[in-house]
Amino acid sequence: MEDYILEMRNITKTFPGVRALDNVNFKVRRGEIHCLVGENGAGKSTLMKVLSGVWRYGTYTGDIVYNGEIQKYQSTKDSEAAGIAIISQELALIPDLSIHENIFFGHEIMNGRLINWNQTIIEARKYLKKVRLDVNPSMKIRDLRVGKQQLVEIAKALSKNAKLLILDEPTSSLNEDDSQNLLELLRELKADGVTSIMISHRLKEVVDIADTITVLRDGATICSMDGKTATMSDIIRNMVGREMEDIYPVRKKKEPGEVALELKDWTVYDPSLERTILDHVNMKIRHGEIVGMAGLMGAGRTELALSIFGNSPKYKLVSGEILVEGKPMSFRDPNAALRAGIAYATEDKKRNGLVLMQDIRFNVTISNLDALKEGLVINKNEEIVQVNSYRDSMNIKTPSIAQKVELLSGGNQQKVSLAKCLFVGPKVLLLDEPTRGIDVGAKYEIYTIMNRLADEGYSVLMISSDLPEILGMSDRIYVMAEGTITGEVSREEATEQVIMRLATKTHDVEETNNGE
Amino acid sequence: MENKAKQGLLPELWHLVRTHIRDYAMFIALAVIFILFGIFTNGNFLSPRNLTNLINQTGYIAVMAVAMTLILIIRQIDLSVGYAAGFTGAIAAILMVKAGIPFYITIPIILVLGIVIGLVEGSIISFIGVPAFVTTLAFEFIFRGLLSLVTSESGTIPIFDEGFNAISNGFVPDIGEVGGLHLLSLVVGALAVVLLVVSQIHNRQNLKKYNFEVVSLPVFIMKLVLMAALIGAVAVVLASYRGLSWTIVVVAVVTFIYNFMLNRTKLGRHIYGVGGNPEAAALAGINVKKIMLFCFASMGMMSALGGILFASRLQSASTTGGAGFELDAIASCYIGGVSTSGGVGKVTNTIIGALVIMSLTNGLNLMGVGIAYQYVIKGLIFIVAVALDVLSRRK
Repeated sequence: MEDYILEMRNITKTFPGVRALDNVNFKVRRGEIHCLVGENGAGKSTLMKVLSGVWRYGTYTGDIVYNGEIQKYQSTKDSEAAGIAIISQELALIPDLSIHENIFFGHEIMNGRLINWNQTIIEARKYLKKVRLDVNPSMKIRDLRVGKQQLVEIAKALSKNAKLLILDEPTSSLNEDDSQNLLELLRELKADGVTSIMISHRLKEVVDIADTITVLRDGATICSMDGKTATMSDIIRNMVGREMEDIYPVRKKKEPGEVALELKDWTVYDPSLERTILDHVNMKIRHGEIVGMAGLMGAGRTELALSIFGNSPKYKLVSGEILVEGKPMSFRDPNAALRAGIAYATEDKKRNGLVLMQDIRFNVTISNLDALKEGLVINKNEEIVQVNSYRDSMNIKTPSIAQKVELLSGGNQQKVSLAKCLFVGPKVLLLDEPTRGIDVGAKYEIYTIMNRLADEGYSVLMISSDLPEILGMSDRIYVMAEGTITGEVSREEATEQVIMRLATKTHDVEETNNGE
Repeated sequence: MENKAKQGLLPELWHLVRTHIRDYAMFIALAVIFILFGIFTNGNFLSPRNLTNLINQTGYIAVMAVAMTLILIIRQIDLSVGYAAGFTGAIAAILMVKAGIPFYITIPIILVLGIVIGLVEGSIISFIGVPAFVTTLAFEFIFRGLLSLVTSESGTIPIFDEGFNAISNGFVPDIGEVGGLHLLSLVVGALAVVLLVVSQIHNRQNLKKYNFEVVSLPVFIMKLVLMAALIGAVAVVLASYRGLSWTIVVVAVVTFIYNFMLNRTKLGRHIYGVGGNPEAAALAGINVKKIMLFCFASMGMMSALGGILFASRLQSASTTGGAGFELDAIASCYIGGVSTSGGVGKVTNTIIGALVIMSLTNGLNLMGVGIAYQYVIKGLIFIVAVALDVLSRRK
């Protein structure tokens, strides 16, 4: 009889309009390293949030059986008390407190009513040693790099006597050495009897370390495999295969025009992450072409778009050049990029795309008010005429363009965002997740608009995490992983498996694991 | 799309009041204050003499509040404006009294000094990244010290320049008198009403032309009559005392320029964009730092203008001039409906807010309420205004 530390039975979790988890079954043996894999949006993080009590008992259906007993967590505090610790991608450490303060934050070692700092430091040292982190416990978290911060998180979990560790993409922001170090640590903890669940997109790591691999797809368990025998191809085959539920408008095959935008050896460093986020990227987009940019979360696609778009204060360009219609350019800021004909629609409309409290008219014209200026003054009549024509051509559903953007649906907000890009008269449109979070009908409309724009000669780069969308819309596809372009695929060659293989390819992997 | 007209007049009015309660609140507050003070002071508060006085008294806060509106729209704050006004006022006095420079040269010098002050503060905030709260608090200390320094030998500096003193105390020379009323005020008032009616009708036609929703005709006429009556009342009040004061002219010009800039120019749009969503503004190609710098420079200039108006009003520069102006200016904005989370605000409403604040000061003074109580009352009203704003914006 197998000894399961955890069994999640028939877990179903719905959000308004979406079934994020659909009768998921998930079993973890005591003392194993269990990897959870799946595409973006497959439900991995949601499942772990259910387990750790972020989604409390009653907000989902099904049973969590931990150590043989049904659990009813009201919060993460309850799951922690039971010995389950989650380490999410966004680390939950307080940057300006020291390591030892962070480790014992929330479960301080007390001496009567006061904190016993001496004991705290002694204990902190003990746990740091366990995670093989050789630093002074009084150092501030801020002064550690991400890889070491992660180890502190694990030390913190251990200090709470965690028996089951959940790591959500722990290596995605680490360099190679730190990743190896972390995996080694997981093996040591396993020897000490700690069970780990690891969510990862790096399939190489997964086949290296996993005792068991479970694949989720579209909120359902596809299969569980023995980690000793599974190959990367097996995993990929199970990850893909989403049904083509959305229909794509027919895209007429046309000869693309001249190259509109070209990047050569584009290498970008992010000082805040102390990491090269884009490494010798070469790509080109032609007039009249829709180019898909596929890749998993954290592959560097948004960073690529932002770095093209002149977001220089945050990123440091190490090498490379950018050519617009063959002419070398450099963009100091987004305004320079806009004037050169590059427009960018961000993935997160609410946070940094639109001014929600203002109306449609305001948002559409804000990037190019010069086009409406007569002397000092904005010609409001001309503005109304022009924005009305965008409303009609894009079918923005609204009583009038004086409607505040916050009152529009996601699909209509996206159309406003597109209109805003077009109003600057661009040559190249960088669209970051153009259909995320909008309903099927609105998606179809956005696709139709994109097709029309390409037919009119615009170059469209579509960043998307939705594989069917990439396959259904793109004339050509680039796949990114870990800041590099790992492959370029034509529309004819493209299949989900081909793309997923490229998206999970890492620097050091030769395609040896490729037995079909 | 006059669909609301079909619901009948009263429901439409009720709907309008309910959905625009925040816009009307300050008018209601102003009306209540006027009525209450009218009663408590046996009508003294409402005398043409006092109302003219009230308007002149509002001038220096009004111009500072107008510029403060921009600062609050872009989610910043300026706590240094009080002593910046006091300090620049004192420098104006020194230039005129000690250096003998005429007022028409002194005033531009002081305004430029104000711009420089604003640029320095704005640079520290936008380029070095010190929060506005900290920077301007520090500068409030600095100006307080500088004010003491420049007035330490002489104490209060009396100003004898008549031209300068006329700005806050004098009246525009009149063109004639009709039945004891000053003609100029009436003419200007009538012109303002005509302008209002023409522009409102034009606006409405335009909106209808482009199929925007407009209020029904009866409501439109009611609003127009109300606004015309308000302007008319002000004109008659002014005419029955000593006519049009120079302060009104200054405030009107400043308000017009700022209102025009915010509503009609690219710069104004960019200010609202930065205030509404700084990240989106940056991605829309707006230079956020430049906008911040501009707003602080304008604030510096209006602090200097406020300093000039205040010194002119007192006909002297005192050693503590400007203390507490920043709170009056900020309160005027919030009472006038500027959002505490930025992105929303109108300078015309801020002027009403300033009038509310100064009516309180004026009325309480007339009633003989001590200055200590006045501070407490103003503080309470400030908090209530902001709390109401926060509540009304909660979804």
